Amino acid sequence: MTTARQNVHGADAGTRARTLSVWHDQIRIRVVSKGSGPAVVFFHGPWGLAWDPFLDDLARRFTVYAPEHPGTTPDTPDDAGKLDGLWDLVLCYDEVIDALGLDSAFLVGHSFGAMVACEMAAAYPDRARRLALIDPLGFWRDSDPVVNWMLMNPGDLPAQIFRDPSCEAAQRMFGTADDPTARVRVMWAMGVTGKFIWPIPDKGLKKRIHRLKAPALLIWGRDDRLVPAVYAEEFTKRIAGARVQMIHDAGHAPQLEQPETVARLVQEFLLA
Amino acid sequence: MKISAFHLMPHRELPDDFEKRYHSVWVTPPWWELADARRVGQYYNWTLDELLYAARAGFDGVCTNEHHQNAYGFMPSPNLMGSVLAKLTNGTNVAIVQMGATLPTSNPPIRVAEEYAMLDCISGGRLVAGLPLGSAMDVSLCYGITPMEHRERYREAFALTLKAWQAREIFAWNGRYYQLANVNLWPRPIQQPHPPVWVPGSGSISTFDFAVDNEVCYCFLSYSGAKSAKAMMQGYWKVVADKGRDLNPYRAGFLQLVAVADTDARAEEKYARHVEYFYHKCLHWPVQWLTPPGNQDYRSLVATVTNPMRRRAEDLKRFRYRDFVEQGYVIAGSPATVRDRLKEEVVEGLRVGNLMVLLQIGSMPHELTLENMELFACEVMPALRDTWNDEGWVNHWWPESLRGTKPTPAIAGRAAGGA
Repeated sequence: MTTARQNVHGADAGTRARTLSVWHDQIRIRVVSKGSGPAVVFFHGPWGLAWDPFLDDLARRFTVYAPEHPGTTPDTPDDAGKLDGLWDLVLCYDEVIDALGLDSAFLVGHSFGAMVACEMAAAYPDRARRLALIDPLGFWRDSDPVVNWMLMNPGDLPAQIFRDPSCEAAQRMFGTADDPTARVRVMWAMGVTGKFIWPIPDKGLKKRIHRLKAPALLIWGRDDRLVPAVYAEEFTKRIAGARVQMIHDAGHAPQLEQPETVARLVQEFLLA
Repeated sequence: MKISAFHLMPHRELPDDFEKRYHSVWVTPPWWELADARRVGQYYNWTLDELLYAARAGFDGVCTNEHHQNAYGFMPSPNLMGSVLAKLTNGTNVAIVQMGATLPTSNPPIRVAEEYAMLDCISGGRLVAGLPLGSAMDVSLCYGITPMEHRERYREAFALTLKAWQAREIFAWNGRYYQLANVNLWPRPIQQPHPPVWVPGSGSISTFDFAVDNEVCYCFLSYSGAKSAKAMMQGYWKVVADKGRDLNPYRAGFLQLVAVADTDARAEEKYARHVEYFYHKCLHWPVQWLTPPGNQDYRSLVATVTNPMRRRAEDLKRFRYRDFVEQGYVIAGSPATVRDRLKEEVVEGLRVGNLMVLLQIGSMPHELTLENMELFACEVMPALRDTWNDEGWVNHWWPESLRGTKPTPAIAGRAAGGA
């Protein structure tokens, strides 16, 4: 099933969008893609998919497939209700990867999406060729609790997520303060992704992460005020050979605040 | 009509600068800085004494409710309170109105069905079973329920509760959120087929539909008075009419803050600081906590975001006593003032048959609360009680054995001499 790029947030003329029907035709997943070359599947964070310069950069060497999490695509808000928990979501994405005609791919994710990528690689170790995780969720430390962005005043989110909340990427993610369409898009995306992680984003990855076969790279914004950079240790101590790259002058979304640096690091790692 | 005394069981001695020093009265208020267990024991006992006083003063019912990690109301188990009230009001015609134990925070939710059945047995069939959805703060922030599952869990638990009370055979419940292989409630309620059910709401259209479809009494537990509830309650009555139901006023309940004194001026002297304490300190929380992402369904979210006028964005912290009274948040003044405003704005204005009044407000001390209750019972209630009688409606949402009764006040005219 193919649709236009209509309403794909931030999409430019080079992107394609198609809608896949999965979960016994109960869930529609729109996948935005661009480029050619080896397949990268990118899982977005809790604030919805926005096509951005980082993805554009990746698309120069890869075919980037960016699925929208169930329910976050306009006109499909209730699709998220078809899934009961993280296990259902992982199975659903297994169907998505099949529907894209892929056996395996490079898995890249940001925040909640990086947790999904890691869960996919743990559930289906042979699906993941390499794993690039950008400020992933998935663990919990009492001493450094992950900030629950869903309880914040929406107007305060940009300053919590971005080192520089006035940057263009922050505007692209959250829109202007008085834009009701952007407010609905972001609130709903937080709601449907929050369904899989409320109230603490540790859903047992620690029991499953040993199953990974793929080499992994951790990218972390040094000034992440949502998921502190100390969480990188939770991954490196459990994934043999995993490397961490701290990104200066970046918060929870380093691929948006330092797109060239992060794109270069991810490309080098995936092609190594 | 039926008139019940409602209680929140608030902290009555929060510091003067509470709302400046602390982030929220709910979820995160620090117990060790703000409270003392022995003093809180006194609050609980005052609360019970005040409700028992109301029962003796001639109120038709006494109401408790559930909140968690909340300094303005901390009865995490309203049924513990209701149990004391049920026992100590035996032999009276006072209903035990639980408003109530919250299904999504009770696991498994048949715990509520069991405890309500116990209360109905202890009270001799005087229970009104409030089955609230619960607030996002209680259910999602304190009790960890995923916001997007909150309403679905409630609806499943509601159906399970009604079936558990009534089923003649042991049954298995294979639900989406709850699985129980042998549901066989001990005890069952005295009232058959089940105690009257009230569902509190806060104006969401889907709850109107739910209330009417399930033939329950829809209750608006408002702290904002009748003026701001007018359009919403009209919306409810429109749903009632559209679904072909009669406009029986007992289909609606409403909570109103009330403060009575000998004169309007005396009411301001006696109650102003307690009213301001309630609105400035007790309702102090981050507004976004009311609806965390996923709490509202998509259509409600769109409606809220694109139509911000739907909720009045008044800054209550700038309001003073007179603002609250003028705008009807609190109905306060002489018995005549209170009588007239309650009748016109609330009872007739909203078409309410089951009225609840909050007479212990914020920091209001025990003795002043009793004065307020007594004046209300002696000087206000008699003028309201016969409302709707001439229209011949049956209050299907009140314990059947109490429908035709009038409680006999055991407290006589203490208020006549003034406070």
